[in-house]
Amino acid sequence: MKVLLGTGGREDGFDALARTLERTREAGDDLTVAVLETSSDVDVESVADDVREQVTASGIDADVRVLEGHPGSQLVEFAETEGFEQIVLGGGQRSPLGKIDLGEVAEFVLLNADVSVTLIR
Amino acid sequence: MTDRIYPDDPVGSFPPPPATLTDAESREIRVRESGRDDLDALVGMYEDFDPADRAQGIPPVDPDAIREWLDAIVTPEAVTVVAEHDGRPVGHAILVPDSGEGYELAIFILDEYQGAGIGTELLEHLLGQGQAAGVGRVWLTVERWNEPAIALYRKIGFETSSSESFELEMSLRL
Repeated sequence: MKVLLGTGGREDGFDALARTLERTREAGDDLTVAVLETSSDVDVESVADDVREQVTASGIDADVRVLEGHPGSQLVEFAETEGFEQIVLGGGQRSPLGKIDLGEVAEFVLLNADVSVTLIR
Repeated sequence: MTDRIYPDDPVGSFPPPPATLTDAESREIRVRESGRDDLDALVGMYEDFDPADRAQGIPPVDPDAIREWLDAIVTPEAVTVVAEHDGRPVGHAILVPDSGEGYELAIFILDEYQGAGIGTELLEHLLGQGQAAGVGRVWLTVERWNEPAIALYRKIGFETSSSESFELEMSLRL
């Protein structure tokens, strides 16, 4: 299956990357990782470097792309134009009290994607 | 999320626990400060918690996960109060320090004790206990559709600080 993982470089995104690489190996999926501009205080190129390093270390052959601009819409548009069958996202950060905080990228993608979306928890 | 927004002005003073009140169902409810000594009783209360009243993944459902969660949040740095009926906890509210200067608030009340005025009392005494402990900034998140909870938080003095996410964020200055 053609799988697109979106990550903005937060902890839950890297956790999702590790789990998706594992799943890719088991299922023989075709994985692409999109690095998103989720916040102005994060350097996407440096996140992309960290992602490439993790992908290389896993031995999985996955394409790593930087998507500039509004993260949710860029991810959904990329998924549609490139014919991906599934979008995978981190399952949210935990607040000090342990509450899940999903964030606006996840909300946008869940509401706008025309393919299945998996949140990794 | 690092620069959380708080109202400019503090909301005034709240009463510290303990307190005894009669709820709308004529039950005698005692509100008191709680802590790690109450962990066993609190685990019991959360085991009875209606899964439909869970919010954003808490409380967990599995008893071991409940204990692990409580163990992580009921710390000496947290401010926590409990409402008891016949010596058994029926409501629990807590302020947990975040990585900055603020405290995240949550309140849980067993289903059969909801809508009887206990939530308001528990929140007021939690904030009173917080004031006594020097807490200045409090925030919370609540599902947008949870109108009774949002109305309760507004009544206490919380204002919406962010509505960009799935959950509404509200904050208050003590």
